[in-house]
Amino acid sequence: MLALLLLRAEDHEWIRRIALAASLAEFAVSLFLLPGFESSRASYQFEESFDWIARANIHYHLGVDGISLFLVLLTTFLTPLAILCSWQSIQVNVKGFFISLLVIETAMIGVFVSLDLFLFFVFWELTLIPMYFMIGIWGHDRRIYAAVKFILYTMFGSILMLVAILWLYNLTGTFDFPEIQAKLQAGLVALPPRTELLLFGAFFLAFAIKVPLFPLHTWLPDAHTEAPTAGSVILAGVMLKLGTYGLLRFCLPLFPDAAHRMAPYIAVLAIIGIVYGALVATVQRDLKRLVAYTSVSHLGFVVLGIFAFSTISIQGAIYQMLNHGVSTGALFLAVGMLYDRRHTHEIKEFGGLATPMPVLMSSFLFICLSSLALPPLNGFIGEFLILIGVFQNHHAWASWASSGAVLSAIYLLWAYQRVALGEVTLEKNRTLPDASTRERVILATVALAILFMGLASPLFTRRMEASTDALLNQMNRPALAAKPAVNAPPAPALGATLPGQLPKLTLATNSPRQVRP
Amino acid sequence: MNQFTGAQPTDFLRLAPEIILCAVGLIVMLGDAFIPAPHKRLLGWTAFIGTLAALASVRVAAHNPGLAYSGLVRVDPFSIFVHVVAIGAAALAILGSVDYLEGEALQRGEYYALVLFATAGMGIMAGANELVTAFIGLEMSSISSYILAGFRRRSPKSTEASLKYFILGSFATAFFLYGIAMIYGATRTTRIDLVQSALEGKSFTALAILGLGLVFVGLGFKVVAAPFQIYAPDVYEGAPTPVTALLASAPKAATFALMVRIFFVSFGGAANIWFWAVWASAILTMFIGNLAALVQTNVKRMLAYSSIAHAGYILVAFAASTDLGIAAVLFYLAAYALMKVGAFLVITHLGQQDERHLEIRDYAGLGMKQPVLAACFSLFLLSLLGLPATGGFLGKFFAFQAALDSHGIYGKWIIWLVVIAAINSVIGAYYYLRVIIAMYFWEPSQDYKPSPVAPAVTLALLVCAAGTLYLGLFPARVLALARFAAESLLAR
Repeated sequence: MLALLLLRAEDHEWIRRIALAASLAEFAVSLFLLPGFESSRASYQFEESFDWIARANIHYHLGVDGISLFLVLLTTFLTPLAILCSWQSIQVNVKGFFISLLVIETAMIGVFVSLDLFLFFVFWELTLIPMYFMIGIWGHDRRIYAAVKFILYTMFGSILMLVAILWLYNLTGTFDFPEIQAKLQAGLVALPPRTELLLFGAFFLAFAIKVPLFPLHTWLPDAHTEAPTAGSVILAGVMLKLGTYGLLRFCLPLFPDAAHRMAPYIAVLAIIGIVYGALVATVQRDLKRLVAYTSVSHLGFVVLGIFAFSTISIQGAIYQMLNHGVSTGALFLAVGMLYDRRHTHEIKEFGGLATPMPVLMSSFLFICLSSLALPPLNGFIGEFLILIGVFQNHHAWASWASSGAVLSAIYLLWAYQRVALGEVTLEKNRTLPDASTRERVILATVALAILFMGLASPLFTRRMEASTDALLNQMNRPALAAKPAVNAPPAPALGATLPGQLPKLTLATNSPRQVRP
Repeated sequence: MNQFTGAQPTDFLRLAPEIILCAVGLIVMLGDAFIPAPHKRLLGWTAFIGTLAALASVRVAAHNPGLAYSGLVRVDPFSIFVHVVAIGAAALAILGSVDYLEGEALQRGEYYALVLFATAGMGIMAGANELVTAFIGLEMSSISSYILAGFRRRSPKSTEASLKYFILGSFATAFFLYGIAMIYGATRTTRIDLVQSALEGKSFTALAILGLGLVFVGLGFKVVAAPFQIYAPDVYEGAPTPVTALLASAPKAATFALMVRIFFVSFGGAANIWFWAVWASAILTMFIGNLAALVQTNVKRMLAYSSIAHAGYILVAFAASTDLGIAAVLFYLAAYALMKVGAFLVITHLGQQDERHLEIRDYAGLGMKQPVLAACFSLFLLSLLGLPATGGFLGKFFAFQAALDSHGIYGKWIIWLVVIAAINSVIGAYYYLRVIIAMYFWEPSQDYKPSPVAPAVTLALLVCAAGTLYLGLFPARVLALARFAAESLLAR
C-alpha cells in the first residue's frame, strides 16, 4: 500500500485519495477479524509465524487476542479520519505527510499484534520517527522543541526496555512472547525478586512514559499542542494506548509479583495523574492544551484500572482505552476544525460560536459529553467499569479517582461554555462557516461510534473477557497461587499448561479475581 | 623460535588480497608519471578496480585457509570477514574520492596508491598471526594514513591533522612495539597462537600483562578508545573528508580484529584481568564521545566524536569476552563501516569546494532541496543512532545481547555497562537528530547552493544505504558468518 504512495509525486489530490483508500481498505480488512474472532478463546488468534533471524532466534510472529483486537480496530478506524481531517490543512509536502501517517499506522498495528519481543520493539521504535517528522514539519510554532522532547523522552524509556528484553532473552533463550510466558509460568526460569523488579521497572518506565503517567507526562502537552490535527488524533487516539497496552500485555503477565508489589505506588501516581491532569486542564487558556491534559487524566484512570487487578477493572481499562481513543481523537478533530478556521487555539479568541456554526458546536458538545462520561455514551461505561472494579479491591483508590470524573465535567463544560455559548464575542467569528460536508462526515462517524460504543458495550467486553481472565490467571504464578488467593486453581495444573491453552475457568466473571486478603 | 622455511605456493594465494592491493598501488604510482593531468581520474578507477580485484581474491584466500609464510599470517573465516569489511570500506572511500580530488585540484596518483597500501596494511593486521608482522601491518596502514590526512596541503587544518596524527601515532605504535617486546620477554615467542601455550602452567607473569597493557595502548589509539582518543576529532576534522571516511571505518575494523586476536587467542586466559581495562575504557569512550558530540556545530567534527562513541559500543561487545561477543564485534564493524562511510561521503559532497559547508546551519532545508541525498543522510544518521530496521540498531542489539549473555561471569558489572551504553545511545539521539531537524524542519539556508551528486558518489551512497538496510532487515546471513568467524577463532 505504501508503494502506491511512493509513486505519486506531485498530484496532491490523488495522494490524498490513495491514502484515504488505503486506510479505508485496511479498516475493512481489520473488520474481517471480527467475525473470525472466537470470543470464548483466550489464546492468540490469526497467528502467523515465520523465521526472521533464525540464528538469533527472532521470529516474525503475529497474533491477536481479545486485548489487542479492538486496539487494532481503533487504529484502523482513526487513521482514515485523520487523513480526512488533514485534507485541506496540510498543503506542504503532502506526500511525505500521508506516507508518515500510513507508516505510523502500520507500525502501531505492528506493536499491537507482534508476539515476538524483538519484533515488538522494532515496531515500537518505528512509530517514533514518522511522528517526530509529523510534529517537526507540519506542527505549529514551537514544533521543533516539542518534537525533540517527544522523541528523547520516549527513546529514553524504550532503550532501557531493550536492555530488559535482552535480559529476558538471556534468561529464557527466546524472544517469543508466548514461550517466555510459558517458561516463566511453569517455573522453568526463576526470576529472583530483585531481578523481576528491575525488569518490571525497565518495561514499566518505557510504558509509563508513553501513557504518560504523572511525573513523566511533561512531553505530552507540548507534543499534542504542537502537532498537526492528524498527529494529535493519532498521538492521543492510539499512541498513548501503546503504553497501556504494553502494561497489560507485558508488565502484568511477565512480572506479576513485581506488579503486585508496585501496584500501590503506581496507583497513587495514577490518581495524582487523574486529579492533577484535570486541575491543570481546568486552568488552560489554550483549547488544544486543555484537551491534551484531559488525556493525562483519562489515562490515569486506565492505569488505575489495570493495577487494580480485577477482571472488571481491566476490562474497563481496555474499554476506556478505546473510548479515550475515539472521544479524545474526536475532541482533537473538532479543535482542529476550529483551528482551520481561525488559526488559533486560544479560548478567549472564541466565544458564542454556537450561533455561527450550530452543527460543529453541537457535535463538539456531544463529544465533550462522551469524554466526561455521561451515562448512555461510551465514556461512562469505561469509567464506570474501572471504578467498580477498583472499588471492589480498594475503596480509597476509587473514591479519590472518582473526583476526577467530577472535575472532567467542570473543565470540559466550562471550556464548552466559553467557546460556544453566549453572545458572539469577536466580530470576525460571526461569519465563520459551519462544518463542511467532509467535516460533517467525520463528525457523524465519530458521533455514531460514540453512541454505538455506549449502547453496545457488551459486544466489545464479551470478546475481551476470555483474554482478561487468562491474563489474570497468568498472574497467578505457582508461588502466588500458594497463597490463599480466591478461586485460584491448583498450582501444578496451571504450570503444566501453556498460557495459550489455559482452560477457561468456570467462574462468575463478575467476581473479582485476585482479591488479596 | 620457529623455523622459517621458504614460501610455499599456497602462501601467495593466502596473501592474494594484499599482494593485489600492493601491486595495483605500484601500478597507480607508476601510471601517475605517464598519464597526463586531464586523465588522472583513470588512476582512481584503476585503484577502485584494484580493490574489487582484491575483494574477489579474498574468495581465493578463503578457499585456502591455514597458516602462510611459516605461520606469520593466518587465513581463517575471521580474517576473511575483516578483509571484506576493510577492503570494501576502502573501495567505497575511493569511489567517493575521485570527484572530490577533482574539485580540490588534488587529483594525484599517490593518493590512491597510499589508500591501497594502507588497505594492504589493514589486511595484514587482520590476518597477522605473529606480533611483528602485525606491527608491520599497523605501520603500513598508519604511515599511509599520516600522509593521507595531510593531503590537502594548502589547508592549515589538514597539515595540523597530519602532524598531530603522525606524532601521537608514532608514540602509540612505539607503545605497541614495546608491548610486543615484553610479551616476547615473558613467553619467548611472538606467535599469537603460541603465547597462550607458552604461558600455560605458569600464572600470567607481570611482564606479559604489562606487555598486553602496552599493546592495548597502541591499539586503543588506533580504534580511538578513551583515554587515547584525544587526537581523533582534530585529525578527522582536518583530513580530507573521503580520507576521514576511510580512517573512521577500515583501520578501526582491522585494529579491532588484531585486538580480538591478541586478547582472545593469546590472552584468553587473562580475560578476567583485561576485562576491567576494556570495561573502564568502554564507559569512558562512550561518555567522552557522546557528550563532546552534543555541543558540536560542525557536522564533520560531530561525526568524529560519534566514531569515538561507537568505538565504545564495540568495546561493550568486546567486554563480553565470549564468542558471541566477537561475533557482535564483527557484525558491528560491518554495519558501522557502511553507515560511517556513507555519512562521511554525504558530507564530502555537501562540503563542496574547500570543505566550506560543514556547519549544521548549512544543511538547513536540505530535505526540500535534495530529498534523496537528505534521505540517505538521514538513514545513515538514524542507523548511527541505532533505530530499528537499520544495521546500526542490530549492531548495538547484538553487542548488548552478547554482553548481557556473559553476565554470569562478571555479574552486575557488565549489566551496568549495558545500561550505561543504552543511556549513551539516547544521548547520541540528540545530536544525530539535530542534523535531521536542520535538514527537514529549518528554513532552507541561502548561501548553500546544492550541486548535483556525481555518479561515483551516488553509487557509493547507494551501496552504503542498501547495505545498511540489508543488515537491518535481513541480518541472518551476515550474522551467521560473523558467528562462524568467531567460533573458528576460538576453536583452536
